[in-house]
Amino acid sequence: MSRPEQLAPPEVFYNEDESQKYTASTRVQHIQAKMTFRALELLNLSPTEHFILDIGCGSGLSGEILTEEGYQWVGMDISPSMLAVALNREVEGDLFLSDMGTGIPFRPGTFDAAISISAIQWLCNADTANNDPKTRLKRFFNTLYGSLKRGGKFVAQFYPANDEQLTSITSAAKVAGFGGGVVIDDQDSKKNKKYYLVLTAGQAENQVNLNGVDMKGTERPGKKLTRKQKKDEETKKTYIMRKKELNRRRGKHVANDSKFTGRTRRPKF
Amino acid sequence: MKFLTTNFVRCPISKCDNSLKAFPLQYKNCELIQEELEFNPEFLANILDRLNWEAIIAVAGDLGNDSLPPTKPENVDPKDPENEQLLKDLHTLLIETQITEGEMHCGECGHIYYIKSSIPNFLLPPHLV
Repeated sequence: MSRPEQLAPPEVFYNEDESQKYTASTRVQHIQAKMTFRALELLNLSPTEHFILDIGCGSGLSGEILTEEGYQWVGMDISPSMLAVALNREVEGDLFLSDMGTGIPFRPGTFDAAISISAIQWLCNADTANNDPKTRLKRFFNTLYGSLKRGGKFVAQFYPANDEQLTSITSAAKVAGFGGGVVIDDQDSKKNKKYYLVLTAGQAENQVNLNGVDMKGTERPGKKLTRKQKKDEETKKTYIMRKKELNRRRGKHVANDSKFTGRTRRPKF
Repeated sequence: MKFLTTNFVRCPISKCDNSLKAFPLQYKNCELIQEELEFNPEFLANILDRLNWEAIIAVAGDLGNDSLPPTKPENVDPKDPENEQLLKDLHTLLIETQITEGEMHCGECGHIYYIKSSIPNFLLPPHLV
């Protein structure tokens, strides 16, 4: 799978050509629309009027859907070419050329909700020498928390490259004061698997809509396992592997691991 | 950029975070246009609670409009026909008035953000991040 994050910084990667291609592709349009609808479904906003922030709005594919649904929105993006495409398409929301990692430039309590489609994984990149993903994530979530009203909600679809990115994003959100976790759609499909970060700033009137999803929360579920329970959960193979690893660390001579390690032998006469 | 947005935008530089002067920004050399957009009374009534009226007056003054009432209209019911004219006026001011070109100055650090073809540029140079 190709990852644009690994090729170039967002403002460079989404140049004029790429922006045109991205916006004109019906496949991208279709996926973006689907994810925006899903994000709105998770947001579970009451049908009254709302003021919404779209982070990484790009050429306004998600914004058009927000307009259709009757919301007023403001979009932020770091790529001038993407915003130029959005201008040509005459989207209704206000557009901002801004880097989410340097802070959301809005005063406290501005927005009812915020969405972000395929954008926040870019925060985990260190594109330049003075880009530190940790401080950028912190700044992003802190200022976002501030700009949402109390009980405001934020749903972000994103593509984490690995588990570390997932944990660094969720823990940064938690440190900023958000509650919530990650919803994974199509968990078993490698291609269609989608991550949604679902966060609330304070107690929301309308809870987020989590019908039919398994939660992988930022909080640890329930009590810690006792030693006995841990032992019961462990299979024979993991037990052997654990003991071998332990002895290896102690500098003892341990047989190499192979696919036969921990297997039961065939019955003998 | 809609006039409504000026009531929410502040300086994103972290050392201005706790400053009272970072909001509202001062608007200079601005060009305005009026664009007709759909009238949505419920949204306006909803957003009205959130507006900082002093900032609205200050920004309107920057843009050359000194005729706004000094106090914010309170408890506006969007379904009441008496309020229709008021909401229409607000709609013209907040939604249809848009800034196409101009400068925004931060009152605290003095940084200038430029608005070009109605898109404000909030990218920061590396030394301010």
